[in-house]
Amino acid sequence: MSAVMIARKVTRKWEKLPGKNTFCCDGRVMMARQKGVFYLTLFLIIGTCSLFFGFECPYLAVHLSPAIPVFAVLLFLFVMAMLLKTSFSDPGVLPRALPEEASFIEMEIEAANGNVLAGQRPPPRIRNVQINNQIVKLKYCYTCKIFRPPRASHCSICDNCVDRFDHHCPWVGNCVGKRNYRYFYLFTLSLSLLTIYIFSFDIVHVVLRSVDSGFVNTLKETPGTVLEVLVCFFTLWSVVGLTGFHTYLISLNQTTNEDIKGSWSGKNRVQNPYSHKNIIKNCCEVLCGPTYPSVLDRRGVMSEDPSSPAPSVASAAPTTKNCPPAPQTTKSTAPLIPNEHTPDEAKPSIGAGTQKTNSPKEEKPPSSPNAVAPVVIKESAH
Amino acid sequence: MATEFHSLQELRHSASLATKVFVQRDYSDGTICKFQTKFPAELDSRIERSLFDETIKTFNCFYAEAEKISGQSYLEGCLACATAYIIFLCMETRYEKILKKVSMYVQEQNEKIYAPRGLLLTDPIERGMRIEISIFEDIGSSSSSSTGSSPSSTAQ
Repeated sequence: MSAVMIARKVTRKWEKLPGKNTFCCDGRVMMARQKGVFYLTLFLIIGTCSLFFGFECPYLAVHLSPAIPVFAVLLFLFVMAMLLKTSFSDPGVLPRALPEEASFIEMEIEAANGNVLAGQRPPPRIRNVQINNQIVKLKYCYTCKIFRPPRASHCSICDNCVDRFDHHCPWVGNCVGKRNYRYFYLFTLSLSLLTIYIFSFDIVHVVLRSVDSGFVNTLKETPGTVLEVLVCFFTLWSVVGLTGFHTYLISLNQTTNEDIKGSWSGKNRVQNPYSHKNIIKNCCEVLCGPTYPSVLDRRGVMSEDPSSPAPSVASAAPTTKNCPPAPQTTKSTAPLIPNEHTPDEAKPSIGAGTQKTNSPKEEKPPSSPNAVAPVVIKESAH
Repeated sequence: MATEFHSLQELRHSASLATKVFVQRDYSDGTICKFQTKFPAELDSRIERSLFDETIKTFNCFYAEAEKISGQSYLEGCLACATAYIIFLCMETRYEKILKKVSMYVQEQNEKIYAPRGLLLTDPIERGMRIEISIFEDIGSSSSSSTGSSPSSTAQ
């Protein structure tokens, strides 16, 4: 028995997750790949608040009340906490189907479709479910190989199916979904309050100081004020508007995705089956509902040893043969989490990039996110 | 039952995976986590229907409890919001507590009911809230199982 211990680097599951996310802090942080606009958000918030604390707060604390900077600090900390919570958490990504599950679903689909004549297109993969006496169609995701749960959607920027998908927000550098929607809403709400707060006290400060020193001199003494007012003015329109929009969505228990697609609007369409028809109940469900756990298990340790969780110790070879009967169809856009059942020939495809069934919109260069619109809704064409 | 597995360990060492069955989600009550009680045909010869139903119903109860919007969840949400969610670094959420109970239940079910029948129940959280039941066949020891499966277990 050798006395030398070989230190093996533990591989955690996040390293092998498919999709286009970046992970930090050994899997604790999960974001989208393009983070440029997120850094801009951070810069704007921290920069403007620093100017406020530097230029306005000393004057206002003395001439009005010390509570003003104290409250500003608390609000600033809350805004940052909500922003980081939105940006760094798993939005509710649904893991892709492993090979067995993918083939199980394929078999069920084939059984349901019956015989398709050669040359004819197979029917679209849709399952109808009845929710609160409304028929809702569940679509099949060709990338993740699952029938998406109701309200889930595939984000083509992150290449993941996200539960209760709202939208992909470049300003927070992440998708907004079931798990982080309330943090996103609290972020926009608190940021609106912070912007209004800073804007108002900037005006108050300029007015008070102008009485003593004159308007032009005031601007010379506190040049930061001009910058703050500019930033706040433009931020106000967008962020306050966004908060209002999401308050409206929450009261109806709708997602941005459903609103934009018009899923529940129009006379011939299905009415929203998820709404409780009561604004208070809808708000309670969205904002005070349970905090859903992540189903991704990013920090779980990958089992290197095929024998430990696997059932077959003696027969590794037959195990691979037990894999789905049609590996060719499942491999190319295969779920990419290798486990003891992944056939060896599928392993090289892992990390090499899945076959793109998504719209070409996702191929845009990472440095040019859509900075004009506050929200970006990206969904694959299937 | 025809198969002779008596424990989870024995299952791992003397069986090979034949197939996996997936229990579908039941969305009739909305997006809450609930599973269909439809009995998969592949399990017909392996486990009694009542035991399977019991397992699924218990899962449904656990998750209904976890996702219930009650005074307790409202209080937890408000308290967490007031502390900017920092409290979740120290405190376990109600959902996480129930998930631990589910894990223990899965282990207990496997040991008592599923492993002796050559089946393995996977915790839904490991499969994105989808239930997976693995069906094992005996590798082909002297006691030939009367399910008639071939020893190399390549059938699917």
